[in-house]
Amino acid sequence: MAGLTPQYVLRRLGMFLLTIWLGATIIFIIPRLAPGDPVAAMVSRLTAQAGYIENSAEIIAAWRERFGLDGPLWVQYLAYMRNMLTLDMGYSLSSFPSRVDEMIFSALPWTVGLLSVSTILSFLAGNAIGALMGWPRVPRWIRALLPTSLTFTSIPFFMLGILLVYLFAYELRWLPPTGAYGRGLTPGWNWPFIKSVIEHGILPVLSIVVTSMGFWALGMRGMIITNQGEDYMILAEAKGLRPSRIFLRYGVRNSILPQVTALALSLGGIAGGSTLVEYIFAYPGMGYLLYQGIVNTDYTLIQGIVFMLILGTATAVLILDLLLPVLDPRISYER
Amino acid sequence: MSVNFAHEIDERRPAGTDQVVLQVEGLKVYYATPTGDVRAVDDVTFQIREGEIVGLVGESGCGKTTTAMAILRLVQSPGRIVDGRILVDDVDIARLNERELRQIRWTKISLIPQGAMNSLNPVMRIKDQIGDAIETHEGRQPRQALKERILSLLSTVGLPSRVYKMYPHELSGGMKQRVCIAMAIALNPTLVIADEPTSALDVVVQRVVGETLLDVKNRLGVSMILIGHDMGLMAQLVDRIAVMYAGHLVELADVYSLFREPLHPYTQLLIDSIPSIKERKPLKLTEGITHDLRNPPPGCIFQLRCPHVTDKCRTVVPPLLEVAPSREVACHLYYDA
Ligand SMILES: Nc1ncnc2c1ncn2[C@@H]1O[C@H](COP(=O)(O)OP(=O)(O)OP(=O)(O)O)[C@@H](O)[C@H]1O
Ligand SMILES: [Mg+2]
Repeated sequence: MAGLTPQYVLRRLGMFLLTIWLGATIIFIIPRLAPGDPVAAMVSRLTAQAGYIENSAEIIAAWRERFGLDGPLWVQYLAYMRNMLTLDMGYSLSSFPSRVDEMIFSALPWTVGLLSVSTILSFLAGNAIGALMGWPRVPRWIRALLPTSLTFTSIPFFMLGILLVYLFAYELRWLPPTGAYGRGLTPGWNWPFIKSVIEHGILPVLSIVVTSMGFWALGMRGMIITNQGEDYMILAEAKGLRPSRIFLRYGVRNSILPQVTALALSLGGIAGGSTLVEYIFAYPGMGYLLYQGIVNTDYTLIQGIVFMLILGTATAVLILDLLLPVLDPRISYER
Repeated sequence: MSVNFAHEIDERRPAGTDQVVLQVEGLKVYYATPTGDVRAVDDVTFQIREGEIVGLVGESGCGKTTTAMAILRLVQSPGRIVDGRILVDDVDIARLNERELRQIRWTKISLIPQGAMNSLNPVMRIKDQIGDAIETHEGRQPRQALKERILSLLSTVGLPSRVYKMYPHELSGGMKQRVCIAMAIALNPTLVIADEPTSALDVVVQRVVGETLLDVKNRLGVSMILIGHDMGLMAQLVDRIAVMYAGHLVELADVYSLFREPLHPYTQLLIDSIPSIKERKPLKLTEGITHDLRNPPPGCIFQLRCPHVTDKCRTVVPPLLEVAPSREVACHLYYDA
């Protein structure tokens, strides 16, 4: 814990809060810059569907009040901030009696589970493959075979997802094509449910892991190779240390640090990119919910989800930031 | 001849015993390049005796580090040991398999590397970097015993005990250098190779590190190869000096005789070019190695810069021969005597 000084923790916490505040403010401002307002837009959409709605002006006024869109801007802003802080996100515009927070909290665990499992697996597998690819002592034939595991890196993961669904769900019928668990199962800590969740998770996780681990592998390989020329590697060899120890404690240990930084930087993209995977697999997570929100122009829902994405990403970045000085004693001194 | 440092040297310094701890014979190390092999070390032969410090001097690029790395069989690609024997206790290091080689490294020969600043792993504590050398060769140690041993190593080289738990970036250059010394003597090796252990330090710290080396040598009786350019420091520390030029050993003598009466024309130039406050003199050693190490001229390696060059020098390679007791030189000028 050498580098984990109170100043460092405070500074990181400050950055965390600043990020969330900025994110929330931007979410607040953007819809209000757009012409018209969400309620009017929705009522007009309903009008278009139903042909005619009586007293539409009154409905709009009533709804504006209900969604807090009637006061002056700063009152709206304060109310909005208070709501966001208490995670009270109001009602969904498109499926009215449902509350946005309830919808989000039933979707959240699925996304968190899917993304953390696939990100961790991809990070571990990618770095392991990359490290072995860069280490000269690994037998030549293994180093020649390893790159084949990275063939899918260059295709977008939703393409691979479609391919996997076709192959394993429709042709081979080994795994279910969509959803997060089988119909008729009661969610809870019972084996049939857990088994079903795992079965449903394999294809989405696989499509993310297989397409993203190449990124980690190539980075790791480069780091390992660069690292080999370092003086401390030569001294480690002069000390007569076992090759496995040099590889792990001097090679991988030193090369993993920039990788963790890269992981922190890529988290935002990972969260955003999951939308398509969830859509393809009809996985009931945040990405799928966001997709529905966009299709139905459900502003409150979109707002809530985007805020949660920002919150989640910032939290993950905070955790990694706090982890870095534990991994790399130099960090708190450098920044 | 100039004797700038001869007065500093104690002629009666014990020059070790007669027991030979390292014998290098006909060592050749080449670096492969697209335009041919760079002959970084070309037919080098010398011995190190028990308890002595031998200085290895010569201008930048003459092959000092390469020689040192070859002794540990750590020449980095594209370099390779082409020929020669490296005998430690009658074992030829050049012929060992990997496991045997690992066992010899650090137990018999240890290294204080040229870039001591970057030679410590930045993310490992000092105690772990010294500890892993010990535990690799002696097996798992009881924690307390290991700690005491590392602390005593640190105090041997004059470091405070708080260094034990520190990371390299928390230490000054001189402290890192001393950590490297402590690490090098951790297993009581027979030979320590110190590659320019003081070159990145300021003059005062150079002196202190030099003293530390000398102190360690006297206490433990290890032999040392001390690589460097600094003739002043050499005069202060070493028993014998080996002078290298373009991959060849051109002179090998006890430090007193060498400073008082350098034989090889290159050694003469080298000693003449030591700056002195008493007299200002023009620098005689103007350029670096003049020929391409890929294409050494036939005959003597120094012929292009030698003021005494003869026809014989242009055709016949002068071997390193003993021309007087404990004086070896590779120069045609001295063979007839
Ligand atoms: N990787 C390499 N490829 C080609 N030539 C090399 C390589 N490494 C070293 N050499 C050459 O080998 C020769 C000896 O290098 P070495 O590092 O042993 O010199 P040195 O005497 O230690 O110099 P210095 O005093 O600057 O440390 C040099 O001429 C150098 O150009
Ligand atoms: Mg060198």
